[in-house]
Amino acid sequence: MEILSLRGPRTVESSFEYIEGWGMAVGRHARVLRPRSVEEIVQCFALARAAGSTLTLRGGGNSYGDASCPAQDLVLDVTRMDRVLGFDARTGIATLEPGVTIEKLWKTILPLGFWPRVVSGTMFPTLAGALAANIHGKNNFAVGTIGDACLEFDLVLPSGEVRTCNRERNADLFHAAIGGFGMLGCFGRIVLQTKRVHSGNVRVRGESTRDLREMMAYFEAHKATSDYLVGWVDCFAGGDACGRGLIHDAHNLHEGDDPSPERSLTVAHQELPANILGLFPKSQVWRILELFNHDLGMRSINAAKYVAGRLEGMGEPYLQSHAGFSFLLDYVPNWKWAYGRARGERGLIQYQPFVPQAVAHDVYSEILARCRHAGQVPYLGVFKRHREDSFWLTHAVDGWSFALDFKVDPARRAALWKLCDELTELVISAGGRFYFAKDLVVGAEDTARFLPQDRLAAFAALKRACDPQTLIEGQLYRRAFRDWIAA
Amino acid sequence: MAHATDAHAAHEPATQPEPARRVRERHAIVVGASSGMGAALVEQLASEGVRVVALARRKDALEELARRCGGNVIALAHDVHDFDAVPALFERCVRELGGLDLFVYAAGIMTEVGAHEFDTRKDLDMLAVNVGGAVAWTNEAAKLFRTQRSGTIVGISSIAGERGRKGNPVYGTTKAALNHYLEALRNRLADYGVHVCTIKPGFVETAMLASARAQGRSIQGAISAQAAARSILKAARGRRNEVFVPFKWTLVAAVIRNIPSVLFKGLNI
Ligand SMILES: Cc1cc2nc3c(=O)[nH]c(=O)nc-3n(C[C@H](O)[C@H](O)[C@H](O)COP(=O)(O)OP(=O)(O)OC[C@H]3O[C@@H](n4cnc5c(N)ncnc54)[C@H](O)[C@@H]3O)c2cc1C
Repeated sequence: MEILSLRGPRTVESSFEYIEGWGMAVGRHARVLRPRSVEEIVQCFALARAAGSTLTLRGGGNSYGDASCPAQDLVLDVTRMDRVLGFDARTGIATLEPGVTIEKLWKTILPLGFWPRVVSGTMFPTLAGALAANIHGKNNFAVGTIGDACLEFDLVLPSGEVRTCNRERNADLFHAAIGGFGMLGCFGRIVLQTKRVHSGNVRVRGESTRDLREMMAYFEAHKATSDYLVGWVDCFAGGDACGRGLIHDAHNLHEGDDPSPERSLTVAHQELPANILGLFPKSQVWRILELFNHDLGMRSINAAKYVAGRLEGMGEPYLQSHAGFSFLLDYVPNWKWAYGRARGERGLIQYQPFVPQAVAHDVYSEILARCRHAGQVPYLGVFKRHREDSFWLTHAVDGWSFALDFKVDPARRAALWKLCDELTELVISAGGRFYFAKDLVVGAEDTARFLPQDRLAAFAALKRACDPQTLIEGQLYRRAFRDWIAA
Repeated sequence: MAHATDAHAAHEPATQPEPARRVRERHAIVVGASSGMGAALVEQLASEGVRVVALARRKDALEELARRCGGNVIALAHDVHDFDAVPALFERCVRELGGLDLFVYAAGIMTEVGAHEFDTRKDLDMLAVNVGGAVAWTNEAAKLFRTQRSGTIVGISSIAGERGRKGNPVYGTTKAALNHYLEALRNRLADYGVHVCTIKPGFVETAMLASARAQGRSIQGAISAQAAARSILKAARGRRNEVFVPFKWTLVAAVIRNIPSVLFKGLNI
């Protein structure tokens, strides 16, 4: 590719790789450009134009589907821009390069008594990726999405122009680029508000619930007082037990609750041991999980977890580190390989419908029933409560989300997509939405139905203004946006 | 530049490239393919229906090879001294093939050096081809294979890397370096399902051997390049780590490795 022949003292670092969605069910070969500065981001746009290829923006690659998968030959990956440019320990305001990960952020600020306002279930996303997706945490119902915690950012447009956006300046772009999945420009600098914490621990209570209704009632009763709420659901259980599961309800500690915050606020206190049961290396745990990665195995694991949850629910509240509570899955490296490590074999998709409060119970019960009927039962189901926000393409509704992990088996892939199509119809008819950080199945016509018309039109106009030649695109853009943006 | 066909009408996105099967690869690159084991490997792979990009300095020899192999071989002229050209060329090869499952580095030179000759130019040139080129190419393959979590790397080293013999100090050094490098890659990539196979040929009928004979060395018991190629593919597909070709050299190597230095000094091997 010509990119490489443009040699000189300041060539952008690049590498030819296989770039895939986190769920491993979609990907392609591409040349990945790794700029180290805003000037190099501008250079990447010029390189793409010269090479005649579009450019896909990518952070840590933690989107399950195709949100950061290239449509053509070039990817711009911001992970080398990972410096914390500043942190004010009086106000908790962090100024970050776009490639700083949630991990780096919390490790930097926790010893100073701060924690990010919003984190995802994994700490590996970059702040650019997090902002582009407008991620939510287990506290979405209380504090909104990460966009609500963002004070300002610089957006580098394909023309090379850098626009500073906040709630006053370029407010349109501010509300469109957050949740805009890297379609408008590249974040070059991000300013975030973080929150003060008085301990490195949270107090967690387990509550076992016998069905979906019980789970929802608990959330509703506690959402005014809890700091974090998350529900796990055993998707294999049917009949009266449909939606049975376990809630984790967590509270931040107040000043003085923790007798030795200087100890719990250290990074060392947050880390889990490298070996499980003291001897088994974590790096190999996925091989054990792989043994159970089939319907029968996962049915047993879900059932066992439910029983363990009933016991936990009878116990006392306990303390858990912020990182342990927020990112538990990260402590099993590459657990997704349990779904098949070799390329092209398997993988997983996450299907996460967001459904308004009033109809959520019925829609989710119907979804679970149809999955069981189709013989494609999600291996993991996670339940969260959300609230509305002001970002144009936001997924968040005043209601619920139910994240369902489906195994992608090549032999059943077409059937799985068909099932998802049916579920999508159900969700959209009920006024629900989807979240492109997870999605791999929704089409352009669906997007145009579930997002508000006026916002879509405004977004399309901004896209045409910011990127008139469509230099930035990825597979997600082609799948779910291009048709109606071009129209 | 190759662009995927637009499949946006159906909203099922492009799926993964077709599965790389564990044993039988379908797309291969062989660097150092114009003669000897490299050429034999290209012929063997092409005859099994594998699509191969064959690279070497000598375009004419490569084109002759491609003709012999029918449609499965793409011939590209490349001098492995040109490290800077490798990333773009590697990308071009993979795009033309439509994927990659097997990478073979078979380029190597052995320059004759006299018993009392210490010629830095000659020595550095062997390092450039045997090690520099190997690293430049194999690093690219390693990056791709790690990210796609599949693929096999084969490096053609030599029995000469087992001990520091007096005959050609730097040739042996290049092979020892290559062994070390390949072993390290194997350990790095094992968690990603990528295999690295080090081949250590003894006597194989190649141009290198012919030139050694021309220098008056008597060499017996060599196997043909074709036989070597078959053993190499068998070893790679069997996910073997280090293999001597022909097999009997395993024993020879074991003996050579264990001769104490005090004795080794006096031996004429
Ligand atoms: C195990 C797991 C748990 C998760 N849990 C949650 C959760 O609880 N809540 C939640 O909300 N999400 C969750 N996610 C999803 C994840 O947080 C999002 O997909 C997030 O966007 C990933 O960030 P990334 O840096 O990996 O970005 P990528 O996945 O690489 O990219 C995400 C998007 O950002 C865009 N982008 C990347 N860089 C830039 C840039 N510099 N400028 C503009 N746009 C850019 C990309 O084009 C893409 O559209 C989870 C994912 C995993 C794997």
